[in-house]
Amino acid sequence: MSLLEIKDATLKFGGVVAVNNLSLSVNEGEVYAIVGPNGAGKSTVFNLISRFYQPFSGSFTFDGQNLLDRAADQVADLGIARTFQNIELFDHATVLQNLLVGRHRHRKTSLVEELLFAPRVRREEMAHRAAVEEVIDFLDLQPYRDKMIAGLPYGVRKVVELGRALASGPRLLLLDEPASGLSVEETQDMRWWIDDIRKQMGITVLMVEHDMGLVSSVCDRVLALADGAKLAEGTPAQVQADPTVIEAYLGAGAV
Amino acid sequence: MRILFKTSYNDDIRLFPDRWTLAVYAALLALAFALPLLLDEFYLGEVTNVLIWAIAGLGLMLLTGQTGQVSLGHAAFLAIGCYTNTILIEAGLPFILAFPLAGMITGVVGAIIAIPALRLHGIYLAIATIALSILADDIIVLLDPWTGGVSGKFPDAITLFGLEIERWTMPVRFYYLVLAVTVICTLFYRNLLRSPLGRAFAAVRDSEVSASAMGVHIARTKGTAFGLSCMITGWAGALMGYYAGAFNNETFSLVISITLLMMIVIGGLGSIHGAFFGAVVVAFLPQVLSILKGAVLGGGVAIPGLETGVFGMILILFILFEPMGIYGRWLKVRTWFELFPFARKDMFRRQKSYLKTERLR
Repeated sequence: MSLLEIKDATLKFGGVVAVNNLSLSVNEGEVYAIVGPNGAGKSTVFNLISRFYQPFSGSFTFDGQNLLDRAADQVADLGIARTFQNIELFDHATVLQNLLVGRHRHRKTSLVEELLFAPRVRREEMAHRAAVEEVIDFLDLQPYRDKMIAGLPYGVRKVVELGRALASGPRLLLLDEPASGLSVEETQDMRWWIDDIRKQMGITVLMVEHDMGLVSSVCDRVLALADGAKLAEGTPAQVQADPTVIEAYLGAGAV
Repeated sequence: MRILFKTSYNDDIRLFPDRWTLAVYAALLALAFALPLLLDEFYLGEVTNVLIWAIAGLGLMLLTGQTGQVSLGHAAFLAIGCYTNTILIEAGLPFILAFPLAGMITGVVGAIIAIPALRLHGIYLAIATIALSILADDIIVLLDPWTGGVSGKFPDAITLFGLEIERWTMPVRFYYLVLAVTVICTLFYRNLLRSPLGRAFAAVRDSEVSASAMGVHIARTKGTAFGLSCMITGWAGALMGYYAGAFNNETFSLVISITLLMMIVIGGLGSIHGAFFGAVVVAFLPQVLSILKGAVLGGGVAIPGLETGVFGMILILFILFEPMGIYGRWLKVRTWFELFPFARKDMFRRQKSYLKTERLR
């Protein structure tokens, strides 16, 4: 059944139609990719799901609940976690602290308890830490645990961001270009991780990606987007063979 | 170089990472307790002044260093804390109730003021909070029946558990009172840093977009930071009132706000140590300058604006050569010794940060 359902979503910035009457549905347990040329509106779709943008029209449903009723900071509570195209980590904090922020939606303690560091805060902290350590093990981040983000190389930051999203214990993971700027080996790692995230953790993944190698190796279904509208949807092979997709990427008559 | 062998998650949560650190801070606290035996009353008063500034610095550090919201209005909150405390005590409340309450009221007022102010970012927030500093002066004059207006107020001696505490006649007792408040505020700050809210503060500071994607309510978190910051600042204000012995509408001026902000920048933004190092500079600079001036030019020569000038110059030098403040410099020196001879010159060099997601607002 579908976990995330978007129907007829439209978003306009002034006269520019960023997303045009787009419908898509992501099933529980699948890896779904959105591809498309630059400026097609892929990240905009993510920002709509994260509630950073208010859609002009259309409906957004996650697991039967209306996403449009939620503010941006309440989306995480539903179990939707995301990464950003241009890495949005907390630069002046350690990797561990960044991952722990991912646990924020599980915060139960009150301000007064935290000021006095009541026993319950300590217990909660230990539980958060245990959850975060699992993510650290999963992503092999042990060497970087206490390092500041500001001093980490790009590839590691990318992984830390994935880790932060995983630490929140999501049901749906939004990955905005998980492989951009990564080396061949790092992309390979990312591919296995995405595979494991789906298979071992049972998390549904929705991703935006340009690397068709990665897309065709991990994704069940692909949606091709151009100028904010749906071009084609189907298995990676189907979409890659679709004449309208080829036209959008290469121009008519080029092949 | 010491290597910590951690065996439990608790090792990262507890206040002191290892016995050595615990011993260092215990020694520091013992020294603080023994200080009245080591110093005469004048210098003890100066140290008390440092501690009061440090409390105020902790308050602003929480907001500016931790949450990334610049405030040039904190003199207003010092004033609110100071006046509230005095008015509550005049109304008959005992100090033990009035003092904490004064801080809390300041915090609530701060959180309410924060609601409109925190829609602003960076320099605009700084300018809006300057207005607060300026307004405070007029409001104190307008509220003459309660605040005493231009003629000001003189706080009574404190009575705490049957003990009388007064800054001039009993500097030792006053010093211990200030020390106790300092330790409590520092503990609060430390506790926040190791709990979810403190991390949310840092998250808001570094990237609002991703903080909100992780479930952090930006406005509420900023409001809480503002409230807590004002609470601590309010306590510092109340103590400042006692320290000065008299205060009126001009005591808590914009200059105090600016000094406070400069203090935490010089000390090192985003660290507890920074607030203390900065307070030492701010509180001792006038004394050091006057001693130097006396030695060079002889007493009796007045140079208007000398303090502000020197202070401004120190600030510029720090921003140019040590943006991480005194605490940053201390960390570098310590790392150099710990890693000797392997420390490299560029170890602390700021990496250029990668492109940030275009701001969504």
